[in-house]
Amino acid sequence: MSTVVDTRGLSCPQPVIMTLNEMKKINKGDMVIRVDTDTAKENVSRAARAQGWQVADIQPEDEGYRITIRKEG
Amino acid sequence: MRNVLATKWGIIIVGAVIGILASLLQFWGNPANMGICVACFVRDVTGALGLHRAPVVQYLRPEIMGFVLGSFGAAYLFKEFRPRLGSAPIVRFMLGVFAMIGALIFLGCPWRAVLRLAGGDWNAILGLLGLVVGIWIGTGFLRAGYNLGATHRTYTSVGWIFPIVMAGFLLIMLFNPKIAGEAQSGMLFYSVEGPGSMHAPLIISLVVGLAIGFLAQKSRFCTMGALRDLILFKQTHLFAGFVSLTLAAFVTNLVINQFNPGFVGQPVAHTMHFWNFAGMVLAGLAFSLAGGCPGRQLFLSGEGDGDAAVFVIGMIVGAAFAHNFGLASSADGATPAGMTAVAIGLAACLLIGFTMREKI
Repeated sequence: MSTVVDTRGLSCPQPVIMTLNEMKKINKGDMVIRVDTDTAKENVSRAARAQGWQVADIQPEDEGYRITIRKEG
Repeated sequence: MRNVLATKWGIIIVGAVIGILASLLQFWGNPANMGICVACFVRDVTGALGLHRAPVVQYLRPEIMGFVLGSFGAAYLFKEFRPRLGSAPIVRFMLGVFAMIGALIFLGCPWRAVLRLAGGDWNAILGLLGLVVGIWIGTGFLRAGYNLGATHRTYTSVGWIFPIVMAGFLLIMLFNPKIAGEAQSGMLFYSVEGPGSMHAPLIISLVVGLAIGFLAQKSRFCTMGALRDLILFKQTHLFAGFVSLTLAAFVTNLVINQFNPGFVGQPVAHTMHFWNFAGMVLAGLAFSLAGGCPGRQLFLSGEGDGDAAVFVIGMIVGAAFAHNFGLASSADGATPAGMTAVAIGLAACLLIGFTMREKI
């Protein structure tokens, strides 16, 4: 079961801040981030790559997206 | 579909297009070093509607309507229209009021700050330093958990309200066109002299506004975000667009002979260094607490964000206060009332920053 960060409804830059905070906690593995705008999807993906995480999957979900990012141990 | 405009080169190209168009708008008639100034233009719109009566800054700038409607079009075309609201609207309203007051003490929003720099107005350096400091304070609050809370989804028609208002403004303008030498045409006020009397032809302003609104929605162009992301995340993505805008405007100014370096006698500017700085500290802090520069707030309000629309309405009220109460600066400098307003605005923003945070 991977960590889920729900950022739906939150505006820029909260989704990125929450993602980075969670990254610091878990360090590696899988993380799912739920977003509800395309802007947040792009920002979270960009921030994840900049931190050396891989964007493994992006699935449409409700009115937004479910982004899975991964860092191998 | 991959969003090309949200790539590094995408944002650089969008910044360059905005810079070139802004510089050309001056060539086509907009005030000097004010090809596009979101704060100044919202202030001019406020004046055109008669909400303030400063006779030199009254013109219903079609660029503003174009920004919202262009973004609205892009959001619909790319299925990104998301009607939403409910994230502390009264706070966003107040941030809009104080952002506008701060910007009018410097005499420009972040867009105009770099356009002034690109035109050789060195007073803009103080404004930009203030902007950086204001945003830096804002990032401190963000690090400490500052958060205005989540929006919720709402009815599609709610997201249409602000774009319809903007379309309504355009209609009002078409039915009450400028009459040369007249200060009023039906419902609207038109400056006969001063910056409000200088403008590109309506159709050019509108088309440029629509184009920029479209590009900026898709690229998420934001001048405050540029500095915030650099300070907060050491991320240069949006910053690249901001720098690109500046350089493109600078080069265009050189080519069409609009570059006049110096501190003194710059158009719609004053030389009170501290107040140029302090005004933009206030504006920068307010923008960062609200999550976007004034341009970005217009683009967001076009894609269905009702809270961004409330921020813009706050800017309109702020502009009315700024001119009705003598807070706005002029070429002679900042006013005593304006200086007091900066202090009050900073106190209000700090209160917002300190009290609206989640425990982390």
